[in-house]
Amino acid sequence: MDDLLSEFLTETNENIGIVDASIVVLEQDPSDESQIDNIFRLVHTIKGTCGFLGLPRLEAVAHAGENVLGKIRDKELTVTADVVTLILEAMDAIKDILATIEETEEEPAGNDADLIARLNDVAFGEAPQEATPVPEQEELPPGKVSEAELEAAFQAAEGPDEDLAEEGLRPGEVSEAELEAAFEAAEGPDEIVVPAEVKQEEAPLEEKKPAAEKTSKESSIANQSIRVNVQMLENLMTMVSELVLTRNQLLQMVRGMDDNEFTVPLQRLSHVTTELQEGLMKTRMQPIGNAWSKLPRIVRDLSHELGKKIDLVMHGAETELDRQVLELIKDPLTHMVRNSADHGLEMPEDRVASGKQQTGKIVLEAFHEGGHIIIKITDDGRGLNSEKIKKKVVESGLASEAELEGMSKQQIHNFIMRAGFSTAEKVTNVSGRGVGMDVVRSNIEKIGGTIALTSEEGEGSTFTIKIPLTLAIVSALIVECCGERFAVPQTSVVELVRASTNNNSNHTIEMINGSPVLRLRDHLLPLVHLNEIMRLETAADEVADRSEVKGSEEFIIVIQVANYVFGIVVDRVFDTEEIVVKPIAPILKNLSIFSGNTILGDGSVIMILDPNGIAAMSGDAVVNSDGSSKEEASQAQTQDEKIALLVFRAGGKDPKAVPLSLVARLEEIDVGTIEEANGKKVVQYRGQLMPLTTIEDDIEVKEEGRQPVLVFSDQDRTMGLMVEEIVDIVEDRLDVEMISERDGYVGSAVIREKATDIIDVGYCLSKCFGSWFGDSETRPFGHNGEKQKILLVDDSPFFRNMLVPLLKTAGYDVSTAENGVEALQKRDTGETFDIIISDIEMPEMDGFAFAEEIKGDDRWNETPIVALSSHTTPGDFDRGRAVGFSDYIAKFDRDSLMSALSQTLKECGSAK
Amino acid sequence: MTVSNMQDYVTVSIADQLFGIPVLEVHDVLRGLSLTKIPLAPPEVAGALNLRGRIVTAIDVRKRLDLPELEEDENCMSIVVEHQGEPYSLMIDNVGEVLSLDLNELQPTPVTLNSRWKEISGGVYRLENKLLVLMQIEQLLSFADNSTIAA
Repeated sequence: MDDLLSEFLTETNENIGIVDASIVVLEQDPSDESQIDNIFRLVHTIKGTCGFLGLPRLEAVAHAGENVLGKIRDKELTVTADVVTLILEAMDAIKDILATIEETEEEPAGNDADLIARLNDVAFGEAPQEATPVPEQEELPPGKVSEAELEAAFQAAEGPDEDLAEEGLRPGEVSEAELEAAFEAAEGPDEIVVPAEVKQEEAPLEEKKPAAEKTSKESSIANQSIRVNVQMLENLMTMVSELVLTRNQLLQMVRGMDDNEFTVPLQRLSHVTTELQEGLMKTRMQPIGNAWSKLPRIVRDLSHELGKKIDLVMHGAETELDRQVLELIKDPLTHMVRNSADHGLEMPEDRVASGKQQTGKIVLEAFHEGGHIIIKITDDGRGLNSEKIKKKVVESGLASEAELEGMSKQQIHNFIMRAGFSTAEKVTNVSGRGVGMDVVRSNIEKIGGTIALTSEEGEGSTFTIKIPLTLAIVSALIVECCGERFAVPQTSVVELVRASTNNNSNHTIEMINGSPVLRLRDHLLPLVHLNEIMRLETAADEVADRSEVKGSEEFIIVIQVANYVFGIVVDRVFDTEEIVVKPIAPILKNLSIFSGNTILGDGSVIMILDPNGIAAMSGDAVVNSDGSSKEEASQAQTQDEKIALLVFRAGGKDPKAVPLSLVARLEEIDVGTIEEANGKKVVQYRGQLMPLTTIEDDIEVKEEGRQPVLVFSDQDRTMGLMVEEIVDIVEDRLDVEMISERDGYVGSAVIREKATDIIDVGYCLSKCFGSWFGDSETRPFGHNGEKQKILLVDDSPFFRNMLVPLLKTAGYDVSTAENGVEALQKRDTGETFDIIISDIEMPEMDGFAFAEEIKGDDRWNETPIVALSSHTTPGDFDRGRAVGFSDYIAKFDRDSLMSALSQTLKECGSAK
Repeated sequence: MTVSNMQDYVTVSIADQLFGIPVLEVHDVLRGLSLTKIPLAPPEVAGALNLRGRIVTAIDVRKRLDLPELEEDENCMSIVVEHQGEPYSLMIDNVGEVLSLDLNELQPTPVTLNSRWKEISGGVYRLENKLLVLMQIEQLLSFADNSTIAA
């Protein structure tokens, strides 16, 4: 069955369940406006979706029902038993039709003119009593109880006898959704009394029976999987999180002791807990495609409605994220896509006039980055018109013209996310009602996400949404300010800086008219003092005290909220800790500066700071920050080309660098803990022995104190590279300009205007685990003029990161793709390559399928493909040849790879 | 006079004044748990504490009643009540006994009381040698313009 349809069926069945329940509550208390609003909304949704899916019969019934409900809502009609009965009857009619749709995927023939006429009579004047005579209460034979009554009975079931009676009639009839609805609706047992007015429908009894049988099949779709209330998963998650915390506490306690009887069971407990946590996380993960599935249809309809040609491209639909987050971003996403279609894209003729393709393009992209999921919505439309926005801002009084003068383009663009702002010149059916981006923004911020916007006039706009993968457990930095501890969600922390108010450290806090700022590399960072925001220390003498005593050292947490970067000054920084966010007590809800609170491992309560709230509180700073926000925006744009490099020193004065993505962690190891094993230096690290090495053998190792170590790891292998000093992390283009003759170096590149040696992680790894790579160096094969283009397809970022510098060094021009699908997207965009290196085991599309796909299409079928695999059985080899791989190389054999590359290219060259 | 009119109250004393809290509303009686301060919170909120894995908001009842702060607060005791599913810990001076009192003997709150007191008082019992003010938890927790808590 069509996904859309089956989703509609489940959803509508649920909604009707809720309507059934709510309407009975409404009958008890006709003045309850929230109930009628809710019912009206649900029925309206049903009607709307029916129209959308092309189900006219269903739509007609729902529409008539909605009319009646509308009158009730507008207080033109009072809620009487008759009206309720009639509405319930309409709901039952809808249910019957739904049951048929589920069986046949088509609406049943027939019409409900009679029912609709009666509904209309009630809605438009006729006295309901005449139209719907109320049957007196009668003994109903078993099997003829309407579902509405069942619902009502469930809510009202105070005594076990009623409950039993119902169960006896139709055991197992009640679907989970209805149960949920009943539970939700049942606020308290006292408020709901058995509604005597709920009566048998008017339909003749004989007809009722088949209907009842039909409804019993209703849940057949749902039966294949269990629909579990998210709240229940949420509770489980909370409990598992507590378990994790308790386990951590136990581990902490046992760590100090040598072997004791607890060690083994505790390890077991630890394993099980981790597995439980992971498993539970998985139950909550869903591909983001679920939230996108309705979009193509919406865009199609929009394009007809607006007379535009729109192409919706979706990448990364399989990206998984927490179901709770998914639910919360569904509506904002839909809204934004509508916005892009309506405001963003121009009419076809305007597009042609400005030299673009007639068909507008909306690209939806999702991918993981760190603990986040990034969703990008890009259109190639007209972009944001700063002048128009300015005009509107002035009109709506959000800012004065003088204020606007001083603002950057980015800041002006950001106005579209303010409340009550819409740039659409006329209010269309689709958008332009002024409840737009501000709602989107607040929804996204509610779940700890950020939204950023870049736009070029005439070229289009890109909205980038960054949201946490899960809301349940977050990693937080624990900081201290004035003796109080606070947690800062790690996701918004960019870096930590140690600063002083005198000149003892590299970083100094300077003052501009009393506002603290910090020179951080090449820009100026506005600072806020946490104690000032919190009003923690107010007495003047204490402030004086602070500047003297703590003046020598302060810590700055650099926070990024959307495009706004600022620093929070705190007294101390402790550790990071995994915390479970618990909602703040309702009594404190208006404190926007906290996003929640939690209990730490040591049992104390700690408040979690909300970076969005702090950013809003330091509001003046936002206005002053155009420099940094602009910079941030431009950084974001060029980020693709640059990579982060870790610069350090080890042997000699020249700085050395390694791509940051290859480094798993930075550690400082107490030299005393370094041991010798098998003639090599090792250290116990996270329960394993980690070999330590230096780049060159003659590099001195510290005799005492702490030794900085770069930790590289791949799956279960970990090694440490001892260095003298970690200098900085820089973002720069990596162009290896000189090929190194020495072991352990890839070559040299200019980083920050200094010649820097790029170290070869592969060499370091081979030094520790001889088996990884051959030792000999790569020689670039003769490249004549133009660089050969390589596409590297591998799902492991580690190997991608490691091979790219190697291949670049060897004189190739390298592009990468995470899997076959991504690679094929490159094909679709018209890119060509001289050779493709592909991994075999990859998610989505494995290497074999990928190769078949390529050989089966004439765009890339000339391009040779080299397979790269950690498994090289003869069977694989044959299969590889069969699907069109030119060569098959073991993954870790660098020499063979290089020779195979030049060999294959040569062959191809001569073949041409 | 039937038994059903009898109501059990936990008596607590704050600044030598006796208060009664319906016994069924009391979940816990605590002494000396460490509090985490909540900056920017209304002054009546003393902080948050961890009660067996739940985060409980502590209310300084003295502040709420406009009374001076207690000097030696190590003796301070708390009564944990639940309001709208959220636990609150009411910081009081001392917890007394449980009294069974007749609802029919409840006297209306004297109109001359301080407005804050009038708000939280559900009536007054005349005990033999003292007066007991019936504390209405819901009213006690409705401050800081919080509409969700308003009755």
